[in-house]
This record gives sequence, C-alpha cells and structure tokens, in this order.
Amino acid sequence: MSAENPITQEAVDSAVAESLALINAATDLASLKAARGVAVGEQSQIAQLNAQLRNLPNELKAAAGALIGQARGSVNAAFAQKETEFAAAEEQAKLAAESVDVTAAAEPARIGARHPLSLLQDTIADVFVGMGWEIAEGPEIENEWFNFDALNFDADHPARAMQDTFFVEPVDSHLVLRTHTSPVQVRSMLERDLPLYVLCPGRVFRTDELDATHTPVFHQVEGLAVDKGLTMADLRGTLEHFARIMFGPDAQIRLRPSFFPFTEPSAELDVWHPGAKGGARWVEWGGCGMVNPNVLKAAGIDPEVYSGFAFGMGIERTLMFRNDVRDMHDMVESDVRFSEQFGVSI
Amino acid sequence: MRVPLSWLAEYVDLPGDANPDSVMAQLVKIGLEEEGSHSFDVTGPVVVGQVLEFTPEEQKNGKTIRWCQVRVAAEGTKAADGGDDVRGIVCGASNFEVGDKVVVCLPGAVLPGDFQITPRSTYGHISDGMMASARELNLSDDHAGIIRLGELGLDPKVGVDALELLCLTEEAAEVNVTPDRGYCFSIRGIAREYSHATGADFRDPIGNVHPEAGHGITLKVNDSAPIRGQVGTSRFVLRTVKGVDPKRPTPPWMVARLKMAGMRSISLIVDITNYVMLELGQPIHAYDLDKITGGLEVRRAKVGETLKTLDGQERKLHPEDLVIADDAGAIGLAGVMGGEATEVSESTVNVLIEAAHFEAISIARTARRHRLPSEASKRYERGVDTAIAAHAAARVVQLLEVQALGTADSLGAEHHTHTEALPIWLPAEFATELVGVDYTKDEIVTVLNQIGCVIASVDGGFEVIAPSWRPDLTHKTDLVEEIARISGYDRIPSRLPIAPPGRGLTPDQKRRRAVINSLAGAGHVEVLTYPFVSASQNAWFAQESSQATVKLANALQGDANEMRVSILPGLVDAAKRNLSRGLTDLAIFEEGLVFLPSAGAKNLKELPAGNERPTEAQLNQLQQTVPQQPHRVAGVFTGNRVSQQVGVAAIEADYQDAIHAARLVTHAVGLQLVVRQASPVGFHPGRSAELLVATSAGEISIGFAGELDPNLTVENDLPRRVAAFEIDLSQLFAIAPNVIQAGSVLTMPAATQDLSLVVPVDVPAGDVLVVIREGAGELLEHVSLTDDYRGANVQPGHKSLTFALRFRAEDRTLTQAEASVARDQAVALAGEKFGATLRA
Repeated sequence: MSAENPITQEAVDSAVAESLALINAATDLASLKAARGVAVGEQSQIAQLNAQLRNLPNELKAAAGALIGQARGSVNAAFAQKETEFAAAEEQAKLAAESVDVTAAAEPARIGARHPLSLLQDTIADVFVGMGWEIAEGPEIENEWFNFDALNFDADHPARAMQDTFFVEPVDSHLVLRTHTSPVQVRSMLERDLPLYVLCPGRVFRTDELDATHTPVFHQVEGLAVDKGLTMADLRGTLEHFARIMFGPDAQIRLRPSFFPFTEPSAELDVWHPGAKGGARWVEWGGCGMVNPNVLKAAGIDPEVYSGFAFGMGIERTLMFRNDVRDMHDMVESDVRFSEQFGVSI
Repeated sequence: MRVPLSWLAEYVDLPGDANPDSVMAQLVKIGLEEEGSHSFDVTGPVVVGQVLEFTPEEQKNGKTIRWCQVRVAAEGTKAADGGDDVRGIVCGASNFEVGDKVVVCLPGAVLPGDFQITPRSTYGHISDGMMASARELNLSDDHAGIIRLGELGLDPKVGVDALELLCLTEEAAEVNVTPDRGYCFSIRGIAREYSHATGADFRDPIGNVHPEAGHGITLKVNDSAPIRGQVGTSRFVLRTVKGVDPKRPTPPWMVARLKMAGMRSISLIVDITNYVMLELGQPIHAYDLDKITGGLEVRRAKVGETLKTLDGQERKLHPEDLVIADDAGAIGLAGVMGGEATEVSESTVNVLIEAAHFEAISIARTARRHRLPSEASKRYERGVDTAIAAHAAARVVQLLEVQALGTADSLGAEHHTHTEALPIWLPAEFATELVGVDYTKDEIVTVLNQIGCVIASVDGGFEVIAPSWRPDLTHKTDLVEEIARISGYDRIPSRLPIAPPGRGLTPDQKRRRAVINSLAGAGHVEVLTYPFVSASQNAWFAQESSQATVKLANALQGDANEMRVSILPGLVDAAKRNLSRGLTDLAIFEEGLVFLPSAGAKNLKELPAGNERPTEAQLNQLQQTVPQQPHRVAGVFTGNRVSQQVGVAAIEADYQDAIHAARLVTHAVGLQLVVRQASPVGFHPGRSAELLVATSAGEISIGFAGELDPNLTVENDLPRRVAAFEIDLSQLFAIAPNVIQAGSVLTMPAATQDLSLVVPVDVPAGDVLVVIREGAGELLEHVSLTDDYRGANVQPGHKSLTFALRFRAEDRTLTQAEASVARDQAVALAGEKFGATLRA
C-alpha cells in the first residue's frame, strides 16, 4: 500500500479550480444547474479525491477531510452566489416583460353616483339622529285633513285654492299631493309617544312651473319637537347646532318675525353662510316657530302642558347655496353628469 | 304693499335722509318682508316750458311734425341746463296750442329706461330738448299727446322744476305683508309698524277726520245664509257728496302717490276712493247716486241672479255671494267689485259713498268663485279694521269737497252690529315660558299698549282686549308673538334641548340606504324624476290591467296628469334626455314611491274638525282614503356595460345587468334572489324574468327584470336593447331579516368536482341548479353554472350544462369518493326531475 497521500493542497486547489471554472462558465439558471451537476458530480476531481479519503490512514483522515470540506464549501458558495445573481436577473427580465402603461388602464366596471338631493337628506338626517331625534316619513298623496285642517289651515285658507296645490280627482275626495312635509308632523304627533323629537325629510309638490329657481316637485326637511317646557330658545339652539354642522363652525342664524298658520310665534330663518360663493353672507334658509296650540289640539296634545317648536327648509335651496348649484333644471333633469360630480359624498 | 315715503311721513316721523332701503330695513325687523324699492326713475333738468310758436311740417313718411319754439326760462335768464331761455324742439304730438304750458326735458335729463336727452338732429332741425307725455315720465300709460299742465289745473311759472311740480321725486318702499297682518295693507298700518320698529311718533290719520252719520236712505241688512253663522256685514256706512265737478283733474301729488303705490289714476272720484283705501286700509265703493233706484239692501244673491260688474262681465251669481242691491236688483258684489249700472262716470255729480265691514270668508269665497281678486277683496280676506268705516267715509267726503268741489250732504245711512270684544287672558309668565326671554311686566304692558291693546292687570296676569284692526289676535300665543316681535327676536337666547335617547334609523330606512348605496357603489347613477306621467305611460308597465291610477285635477301639463304606478316611465324619459345629450352608456336608477289606489276606496265627504283630535274611527277612515304608496327601486340600462378600451372589447348592456342589479338589491338586505323566466308587461317576452325571494312561506314575487319591449324603446327614440328592473321595496323589506344569522365558516379542505348534465333545452338552468343543490345535500358548499353547450355530441333539442361543485365537510377532509357520492345523488335527482343524463 502506498504511503503517499493523494489529498494534497495542490490536488484540492486544482479540483476547486476545475469546479469553479465550470460554474463560472454557466450563463443562466438552467446551465448553472447543469454545471453544478458536473462540478460536484461523481466524475469531478472533488468527488474523486473524496472517494480516496477512505483509503487514508486514520491519522491522516481528519486533515484531509477538512481540506475536502473547505473545497466543497467554496464551490457551494460560488454556486449559491451565481444562483442568486441569475435568479435576480431572470426576475428583472420577467418584470420588464410584464410592464404596462398604467395610464391606459381600462375601467372594467362603471362608477356609480348618488343624487345630491338624496345624499343631502341623508346628511341632514344623520345630524339629527346624532342628537337622538328620529326620522319620520309619510305618504306623498295625503288627505287634506293631514295637509291642511290639522295644521290650522282653515277650509277657506288661500293656500287651499287651486293655485298652489295639486288636487286629486275628484276634488271632493279631499286628496292632495302634500304641499309640505308637515302632515308627517301631524301623523307623528298622532302616532308617537311624548316627548317627541322627529325630523321629516321628503318630497313635496306645488303647482309652480319649472324654471331656474322653481320646480313643482321638490324636497323639504322639517323638524318637530314637542316636550314640556320647550321655548324659542330651544328652537334657536337646535337651529344653530344644525347650521354649524351644515355650514361650518362660524355659521350663525338669525330669526325674523313672520307668519305661518301652524306656528305662533313664527319666524323666518336666515343663516350666515361663511363659505358662500362670493363671500360670507346671510341667506334665507327656511321658516320656523312654536307649534300653534290648535295644531297640538288636532293631535290631542294639551297645549297647556306641552309646547313644541318646528322648523322647515328646502333641500333644493340648501343644495343651491351650500354646493353652488345655480339652476334648478340640473336637479330635476336626471342628467347623469350632475349626479356624477358628487359621487357618493356631498 | 307699496309705501310712498312722503305719504308715510305724514303719519310717522321719518329721518331726513330716509330712503326706501332704510325704511324697508326698519320694517323687516318687525316682520315685514323686503320686496324692493320704486321711483319714477326720472332725473332733470325737467322744467315747465311754454310753447311760443310752432310750424307744422309734413314729412316724406306722411307724418306731420311740429317745429316749436319753447320758452324754458324767464326771458333773459339761463335755463336749468345752463342754455338759452328759448329752445327749438321737434315734437310729434299735435294736442297742444301756442301758449300751452308743457313739461320740457332739457339736455342732460334722463327718462325711464335710461333714455338720455341730448340735442339731436331730426327732421332737418336740431331738437334741443323734448316735450314729454305722461307715459314718458312714467306717470301713466297715456301717450296720446304731451302733457298740457293747464289740463291738470296747473299754471306754474316758466322754468320751474317740473319734477317737483308733478311730485315725480316720490319714492316708495315695497314690503310683503303676511296674511295675519291685513292692517299693513294701509299707510296707517305701515306707519304704526314703522313706529314700533323705530320708536318714532305715530299720528293716527283718523285723527284728522270727523265721522258724521247720514240718514234718509233706506238700508236693510238681510243675510239669509250667514257663512259659519257670521252675518255678512257688521258695519255699513253710506254718505253722500253732491255737486262734484266730474271734470276736475286729480292733483299731481295724488297721481304720483297712487302711481308709486302701484295704482293707475283713473278719474278724480275713483282716485279718491283708492287713495282712502290705501291710506286707511278700508275699501270704499263710490256709486253714482242718480243711478240708484230706491233704497239699498245687503243680502245674499238670489238663485239665477246676474250682475254686470265694472269690468263689463255679466256674472251669474251664487246664492252664497253677498251682494249690495237697490230696488232694481244687485248693484255690486260686496267687497269684491261694483256693478257697471251704478258706477261713477264723467257725468257723475252726486256721489254715494259706501264704506263697510264684510266678513272675510264670505268675501274670500266670492272672490275665488268669480276669479276676481281685487285690492278690496285682498283687504277683506285678511281682515279690515272693524271700527274704521265711518272715518274712512268721512275722509272720502273731505277729499271730494276739497278736490272735487262737492258739498257734503246729510243723505246717508248706517248699519252697525255691536259686538263686545272678548278679553284674552294672558298669564304673566306665559310669554317668558314660550319665548325663553325674561320679559318684565312693564315690558309686556308697554308692548301691548303700543300695538293698540287695552290691558287690565289682574292677579297673575293680564286681560287684554285687541284693537279693532287686529282680528288676528285671538289667543294668548298671538299676544306672545307681538311681545317677542316688538321687543326683538334677537333677544331670544340659545339652548340646545336634550331629546330622549333615540332608536336611530328604522330598519326600513337603513335598508333603503343600503339598497341605494349598494347600487351606487356598483356603478349605477341615482336620478330623481317627476312622478307625473300620462295615462299611456302608466299603461306601459301595468302588470295588472285592473290597476287604478291617481289622476290630478290640475296637472301642469295636460297629458302628464296621472301619478306613476311604476318608476320606469320616468327613467325611460330620463334615459331619452341623457341620450339626446350624447350620454349613451347608462346605468341609472331611482328609489321612490308609486301610487296604487285601490279601486273601491271610499272618500270622506266631510273632514273632521281641525282643532281637536279625531276619534280612532275617524282616523281610520281618513287613513283609508289615502292610496297605497309603496317604495320601489327601478333601473334602466342602455349602451355598453363596459366600453371599448385598450385591450378590452365593448360589452353591451343587457338583461344580465338588470338581473345583477336586482341581485345587489336583495343581497343588500340579506336575501337571496330567485330568477324565473317570465314575460312581464312592457318587457321583451323572451329576455325577461320575474324576481322572487325564497321565504319559509314559499317564494314571494318582488318585481321584474330583463330587457324592455323593443317596440316601446324604439317608439321612445331609445336603442332597441334597453334593460330594466323594478323591485317593490316595501314588500322586500317586509320579509327581510332584522338580524342575519351567521353560519359557521368551515375550514377543512374542500373537494371540487365538475358536472355536465344533458337536459332538454327548455329546462331552465336555474331550476337544474336548485335541484343539484337539493340532491347533493349538506356537503355541497357552492355550485355555479360554468357552461351551456349545444351542438356536436349533444343530441338535438338538448343542451349540456356544466356546473362547478365545491364540497366540504365540517369535521374532516373529504375524500373524492365521498364527494362523488354526493354528486351522484345530485345527478340522480336531476335525472328524476328533468330526465337529465351525465354527458358522455
């Protein structure tokens, strides 16, 4: 048996050099994998040196094994480095190939929108729901008793004449298209328990021809509170809070004496609109007052025990000055471009 | 109400620099609404001129003009514009003579409509000014010739300011008067309100006149049919002025005030009656005494009675009309309009004056019945001072004496029903309790005194008698409004009341929002359309031909006189409008009410009283008169669902869009949509569906979806293919769960299988799907239809439906064998129900 040790430093260096040359010759991930098979395969110098390890005397085995281990280590490291390089390059190429012009992205589906009048009603409802009020609704075709009689409109009141109100045929059916949302207040007082805090948004009708500022079909929101000890101060406080949420913390309100059959005292309501187009200014917003005792009586509420306040404003009008909508036609013509400006917020 | 400022200033102190805006600003504070200001809109120099000579010159156009020399300033002095004292002026009118004094607008003057006077070359002359007609000065519509001052009874010096002379410097403030303040339809009332607003002294105009009772005319008040128990007149005053000069002109100051108050000058007698009405708020009627036959009677019209009113119309009277009659018959509609037979004319020398108080409702009904709203009826409807008739008559007498040179006569009559004014009880604290301002006792008394109340302080409060001009003050809250108004609404403090804990939106309100937001979120655009449609539009989608409709008695557009029974016609119109504006790819929807009267609904002829709670039976009856008005949501689709884009081919919108939208709607409220092939009215018979939802009580129909009948779409200028849906939300919400119960989400591995079944072509895929679900049992987690194949390898008259099935068990990993067993059960059931076979 020859005492010569074939696993010399030189032999190992030569084996490593041979393997590295193979690995370095690879040009992509696939050829690298093939090269690795050869570089550390059975026919490689490293493998052959390793095979001779078992023929060595025991005292030499440890040192020779370490030499071969180092050799394998450096070949594996080289391989791993190459592999990372090639993988990164291939990923790069793939990404480059996948690139698109995102500015030309197609719209795979339509984008919807809500009508601002319905959005604004929701927004207002939320303000009052936040204060503990409830939202009441009622029919749009109403019996005159709810629309007029119960609201202290005498049978001979001019508003009951043909010029303002849409009447249902036959006229003695006593059915009308409600001229305000106030009949909902009456229904609320008849049906609900006291104390009562309700907001009544909805669609109403008057016989006005459509023009830039009028429409025969429009929307109102009315509020009604009936409780013990309510005063005009509560009315003002409620309206101030409402105005600030709708028009910002600098909004103010102003009450001017007026007349409505269903309130006494009555007031016109102006709002100081800090964000008005063209500069902050007072804007006529609606009407309000303390519920007329006759109206409470029509609902069976004792006006000597309870008092109430009520207010109302036009949604279209509010939208006009709050969101700078200039022409009523835009709100009623169903042109999708009008709703699309708002998306789903207002 | 238009208020000439010089007139107002007679009865209340105005500051020296008062103008219409400053007056309105004060009046607004106490509850009158600002309407605008008025003036004659003329600025000088406009002077009195005298025609010295003129030459008529015929023109080529056939017209003859006059070339005039007009003195516009005293001889040798400068005219008001700094020019010569005599001017050459071309004038087209020919109603004047040499020596006439006229109104000359000198260069520099500006007439209404921004008409600037300058020397101008015309008809071969330089016309150095203009002689004005009444119309050119905004005084009246008279443009027949120029103003001759002599005809107005004026003989001023040449060169004086004609604007001052004719009172064209008058200005007026216009305010809107609310229905409760009838007394503000007078200078007297406005002066009083101005005094309340400013504290300035008020001088009641009735202080200047002294009523006298006339006698000798037989006067009967005979109301056989009082309205609501109220006799038509409570005070009726007749006075006589004899020997008036009917040719006398109305003085310029009166013409100017009437004009600024919005009334035309007609004749001196009529002008005086109008003037007194404006000043005191009491309507006046003047009769030609010599045309009256016998005595007068106030009564209701007789059946079949007619009257020719001042406007020349022969009117058939109603037995509820209150009339004034003489022995020959009706001579006037009380408080509304006089009769032609007894009206004053240019030949009237003896005038009978009527000043009366008529009941508001009677007058309102007559004015409405005959479509005769007049200045008089407007005042009566809102309530005239019950105590002023005699004063107003006396004021007319006074003006007829001074201006028309007549003589007051003792001939007259007076009817007066005295009614004791009832005091209103006002508890001392009530105003504070209702307004939230701590009013002192002194404040309350001061304010109520100021507005003319008589007050007695009693223990714990006040007994208040309202003044005769305030019929609106009947209840203690009316007095509180006066206290709050006069002392200022700006004193009311601010306090936010605390409502009891609320329940938030109702379940249906939340569901409505969910539906609307769900549709908008999925690409649909919300619109709002009018609910007015024609009878034929209502027939388009009437699923039941017996469906009654609500018809309007006074629709704005004659053909759109019904209330919709479906939202779709409005959306069809909306689609049409969008298309006409070049917006072709539409997915629009609307949520709202439809109106479904039940055919046999009973009307209530008599409504319950308005001032007390109706009985429950009455409330039920009232409720039953109101038609059913369920909520619906509907949508319409045109053009492309997905438009042509980079790398994407256009996809046309069709019935699938409509069905998908319906699925969004049911999903939004926690229900599963079931689709069934159907041919609803107005839809394409082969491309439409009935929409249902499954409940424990079976499937319930909630609406329709599909493509509209192409005949209908083409007729409406829409493309042939328009998809649509409509769902009854009220019905849907009634079965929607209030709380959605969750199933557990299983996490064991799933087993998937595909299944192709061959069935006859007329078997709906949806039905097969339901049967697969039923047959496969609990292990089947999900099934979807992935293909519908007809052709080679499938026998004729059949189709191959491919389904993707996903199975999962709760507690173990399913083997394919277990899944196959479940699938085979599904195949077996489908075979049983539809003759389905596995595709080879």
